[in-house]
Amino acid sequence: MDGLEQRIDRAVRSQSQPTVTILSSLLAVEDELHYIPREAVERVAEFIGATVNDVWAVASFYPNFRFEPPATRQVEVCWGASCHLMGAMAVVKSVLEAAGLDDEGERDDHRLSVRFNTCLGACSQAPVMSIDHHLAGRATPDHAGFLVSELLNHGTGEVHAS
Amino acid sequence: MPASYAQLEAEATARWEANAKRPWVRVGTALCGQAAGSTSVVSALKQALERQGVDAQLSEVGCIGLCYAEPLVDVQLPGGPRIFYGDFDPDRADELVRAHVAGGHPIAELALGYLPPEDAADDFVPPAGLRDLSLHPMRAWENRIALRNAGNIDPMDIYQYIATGGYRALSSALLEMTPEDALQQVNESGLRGRGGAAFPTATKWRFLAGNPSRDKYVLCNCEEGDPGAFNDKAILESDPHTLVEGVILAGYTTGASKGYIFIRHGHDGPIDRCRAAVSQAQELGLLGEDIMGSGFDFDIEVALTGDSYVAGEESALMEAIEGKRAMPRFRPPFPAQFGLFGKPTNINNVKTLAYVPEIMSRGGEWFAGIGHERSTGTAILCLSGALNYTGMMEVPLGINLKDVLYEAAGGIRNGKKLKFLQTGGPLGGVLGADNVDIVLDFEVLRNAGAILGSGGIIAADEDTCVVDLTRALVAFCQYESCGKCFPCRMGMSHILEVLERICDLRGQPEDLDLMRSTGENMQAGSLCGHGQLGFNPVSSALRYFPAEFEAHIIDHECSTGVCHGPRYSPVRSRR
Repeated sequence: MDGLEQRIDRAVRSQSQPTVTILSSLLAVEDELHYIPREAVERVAEFIGATVNDVWAVASFYPNFRFEPPATRQVEVCWGASCHLMGAMAVVKSVLEAAGLDDEGERDDHRLSVRFNTCLGACSQAPVMSIDHHLAGRATPDHAGFLVSELLNHGTGEVHAS
Repeated sequence: MPASYAQLEAEATARWEANAKRPWVRVGTALCGQAAGSTSVVSALKQALERQGVDAQLSEVGCIGLCYAEPLVDVQLPGGPRIFYGDFDPDRADELVRAHVAGGHPIAELALGYLPPEDAADDFVPPAGLRDLSLHPMRAWENRIALRNAGNIDPMDIYQYIATGGYRALSSALLEMTPEDALQQVNESGLRGRGGAAFPTATKWRFLAGNPSRDKYVLCNCEEGDPGAFNDKAILESDPHTLVEGVILAGYTTGASKGYIFIRHGHDGPIDRCRAAVSQAQELGLLGEDIMGSGFDFDIEVALTGDSYVAGEESALMEAIEGKRAMPRFRPPFPAQFGLFGKPTNINNVKTLAYVPEIMSRGGEWFAGIGHERSTGTAILCLSGALNYTGMMEVPLGINLKDVLYEAAGGIRNGKKLKFLQTGGPLGGVLGADNVDIVLDFEVLRNAGAILGSGGIIAADEDTCVVDLTRALVAFCQYESCGKCFPCRMGMSHILEVLERICDLRGQPEDLDLMRSTGENMQAGSLCGHGQLGFNPVSSALRYFPAEFEAHIIDHECSTGVCHGPRYSPVRSRR
């Protein structure tokens, strides 16, 4: 298993598209590590020939970038207008209760995080949630809460969305 | 020596005919299908085919439009109709393979209906006991141009696109038309931008075509952050080659050297399918140097952005491709003079470009004959919310919105009444139920104060609280303000604060004026549409439902009860 710095370096250098920028390099690191550690900001700055400040400016702008390792399981609930109208708030409530959280965020034991997404792109199946980036549409509060409890009870198992 | 179109077409036809000898099983795996569980349907069918040793073609296709019935599976036996199964349960995969794919007997009680084969003979006998889906309300009103292949062909197979006539328009344009001829076709078509502004495409292209610079770019915007709109992503997932061909044609017409297709990171389906389409086109010499021996050089790159709604604004989009914060630029200079990396640039929406291959092959006049007055062609609508049939439709402009809702989409579910529509993305605001008797036409809609935008139509029933929805729309706009212009950054926060108070039933009589004056400042003092239109959700809701706001503020009452229920907002934007 390569160390953090090797993984960052490989992610940054192995970008195959012609236009390589601060943003594309940060996205490459995110794909590899699912977060942006301080070392990555420094490496991207060096690779692009920018300052650490330039890289932070970009990294802090896009809310998909996070700076701590992600929780083991990631639940997202869509709160776009279609999902909102179709009952997203009740789904959020149920998901948060099952997750043991008061609001958007991560459990202290890092086993699970809940995030609100502005649009997961499957509006015709509203309300939509996702578990580790797999979509689950037509969510109901009961089923959504059940899925989250299952994630916590069987932390390593696969949970099927529908 | 690059392959000629005739060679590619012969190869594609041979492959198509070889495949047509086997049963063809298609599963919709666009985002709508995935959200309904199509991933497990695909693996269940794959295992069932292997286990039973059945030789069939299994394809993951895009979105055929009937999203409400996803996961959708269809089986086509050689020469026969396509028989669709809706809400397909992966546990029945073995049964489907045994009875229908191998046994030739459709399972009538599971089937949604059938579509006749495209080359159906006059003596075609419809399958007994099944309904013809071409008469399904969602399909009967359609005229598919940009979506002509959506849900029909494997988006990861360039040969299927070529076998259905793909890249023929490119070949004839490159070899038989001058860029000026091509521009003339676009001009005659009357095509207008489908990203929301409805600006004439030919006029926009002429700005770029007239610029003598050697390096010029055409950008395709698939940022598509509007909740309620998924048609851009659906085109990329369903028929990415239509877009690739459209971008190359735009490049040829405007004399551009390179195209960028810009997608939000994280939407893996659209990204993977688009990247595959670009690399297949490169392998076959449809991109790169001297395309099909025409002497025209052009390439396409897929560029990704982080999460940012404002990145869909054209100048912010260029900043994001350059790797910076997605913040709008001052204009002038306009992109056609000083765009991406300082070079002349043209930006079009996915849908706009997806029409171009058919316009080139069938002629501008043909396209201009569809639609209504100056609104030519079709509208690609995304229907979501409290409708019986949710999904995606491509309908000729000029049809009545009322018919779309009450006929095509089957009306409001559970026998309820429509209260309002939310159209054109969060900035579009709401349209009251009494105002939906309106023709889909850019001018008519604009004069009525409604926005078609990128085609998202979300229906809300009578149980919806318009104040609560307005608060949610403003929460979105606040979260997504890029922060460059303070009237937008602070104004959105301020209005959201007031709306939170009103939804808490603690509003004050002066709140409405407070929001109005903040909204005026946002409109006057913001660089891009996000701030300029950011008050639309509030002003449109106030126009149609003043009494409901007053009830919240004066009587401290929410008649629907929604404001007494759970409410969460995302953490405030850190921008």
